[in-house]
Amino acid sequence: MSARAENAIAFSPQRVAAMVLRYWYLLRSSWPRLLDLIYWPLVQMITWGFIQVYVMQNAGFFARAGGTLIGALLLWDILFRGQLGFSIAFLEEMWSRNIGNLMMSPLRPLEFVVALMVMSIVRLAVGAIPVSLLAIAFFGFNLYGLGLALVAFFFNLMLTSWAVGIFVSGLVLRNGLGAENFAWSIMFVFMPLACVYYPVTTLPAWLQPAAWILPPTYVFEGMRELLISHAFRADLMVEALGLNAVLFAIGVVGFLTLLKSARRHGSLMQTGE
Amino acid sequence: MPAAPAIKVERLVKIYKKMPAVDGISFSIAPGSITGLLGGNGAGKTTTIAMLMGLLMPTSGRVTVLGAEMPRQRYRVLQRMNFESPYVDMPMRLTIRQNLTVFAMLYGVPDIRGRIAELAETLDLTDLLDRPTGKLSAGQKTRVALAKSLINAPELLLLDEPTASLDPDTADWVRGWLERYCRERGATVLLASHNMTEVERLCARVIIMKQGRIEDDDTPGRLLARYGRRTLEEVFLDVARRRDDAREAAQ
Repeated sequence: MSARAENAIAFSPQRVAAMVLRYWYLLRSSWPRLLDLIYWPLVQMITWGFIQVYVMQNAGFFARAGGTLIGALLLWDILFRGQLGFSIAFLEEMWSRNIGNLMMSPLRPLEFVVALMVMSIVRLAVGAIPVSLLAIAFFGFNLYGLGLALVAFFFNLMLTSWAVGIFVSGLVLRNGLGAENFAWSIMFVFMPLACVYYPVTTLPAWLQPAAWILPPTYVFEGMRELLISHAFRADLMVEALGLNAVLFAIGVVGFLTLLKSARRHGSLMQTGE
Repeated sequence: MPAAPAIKVERLVKIYKKMPAVDGISFSIAPGSITGLLGGNGAGKTTTIAMLMGLLMPTSGRVTVLGAEMPRQRYRVLQRMNFESPYVDMPMRLTIRQNLTVFAMLYGVPDIRGRIAELAETLDLTDLLDRPTGKLSAGQKTRVALAKSLINAPELLLLDEPTASLDPDTADWVRGWLERYCRERGATVLLASHNMTEVERLCARVIIMKQGRIEDDDTPGRLLARYGRRTLEEVFLDVARRRDDAREAAQ
């Protein structure tokens, strides 16, 4: 059997569990880390919640319809915090100079990636669940009222966030902590084009095809359709899923290519700046 | 039939931006032996060890570790080897027990609690097990790093300056402990060090590197005899200055 085939089949849930446990130990030992998970989502939710209240009192029907602003904010947070949760868990290894220990251990890259995906969900849940419950209490917006559509939105947004997180982790592995800023800022490239707070038709015609390349665009459009027209657009979700599959594959291939390049250039031994 | 070498390096080269860090070295290491890898800063020791571990891809040449070609077949043997290096740390906020648990799971250690208790007892860490790793002294951290490197009872141990930054008493204790481990486990050890006393005491064979090449390779006794010196430190200085002297003479 070739070495590549051997690596592909030798997936160990125990090694994934080891890494999840490692991040869980870290999270529960550090209250600033826990607080950070909830602080910004809460501040944003409150700010945008009041903007929504203001718009509902003063603007026309479409702007007022069904909490699109606060809904967009909560979904954006899933996308942004999902990627950040993935990337920060990875960065913890770089900050603690532990990456050499992991790369020298039997942990496979795929197991590492799966552990980071699990942790991004855990970190997201710690921040997003309390904030979504507070959105009900403060502004009467029930994210869970979206029902099954929420599952489709969540799944698609998480796939995008993981794809981006995987690629950014590869960049940091290859280029060291000098590339750390990508982890914090890369998702904001999506914000104007994915039409988080406004419909795609707001964009100039020449820019709209670019928006439709991004999977989150379909989610935010789908969310507005649901809240304004009370119609769940399954077709949008299927298209988003297809694009996400491509984006995820690009992320994984990019990560493996950057990891190989890091092995060639010695970056795994020098994880500083 | 002689046992297959634990490590076999053939014409190994690593070039960074046209500068050779390792320049065509070849050597074999017998199983169950302790070998010292000596050399000044920039001699290529850490680069060589990184290629043995599969962390770094050679520019050319071949590395075979426990029968597996590195880095291509590394997952066949990573479970049977381990390392300790001053260039890596363990997560500081995690306690010793938590760190060792995570690594025991990664290496597939069967009785994790038992193994941690055994290592803690041997390395005098029992009372510290629930202390965060970041709150330990340098000597305690080195013992924890050793515990991590031994968590899977490795057949092959790569040690990069294992006693750097330790006081003489702790360093001596670590050396004694390493000797015992290798004797009892029959493990192979490759030890990169600047500490000649350590190498003299532990190693049956010494490979001296300079500017990416192997300058000499023999037992400590034969090296001392050949160079007419009393200590390995003097031999090391002779080797380190030999080419410089030759260059000056030529000029």
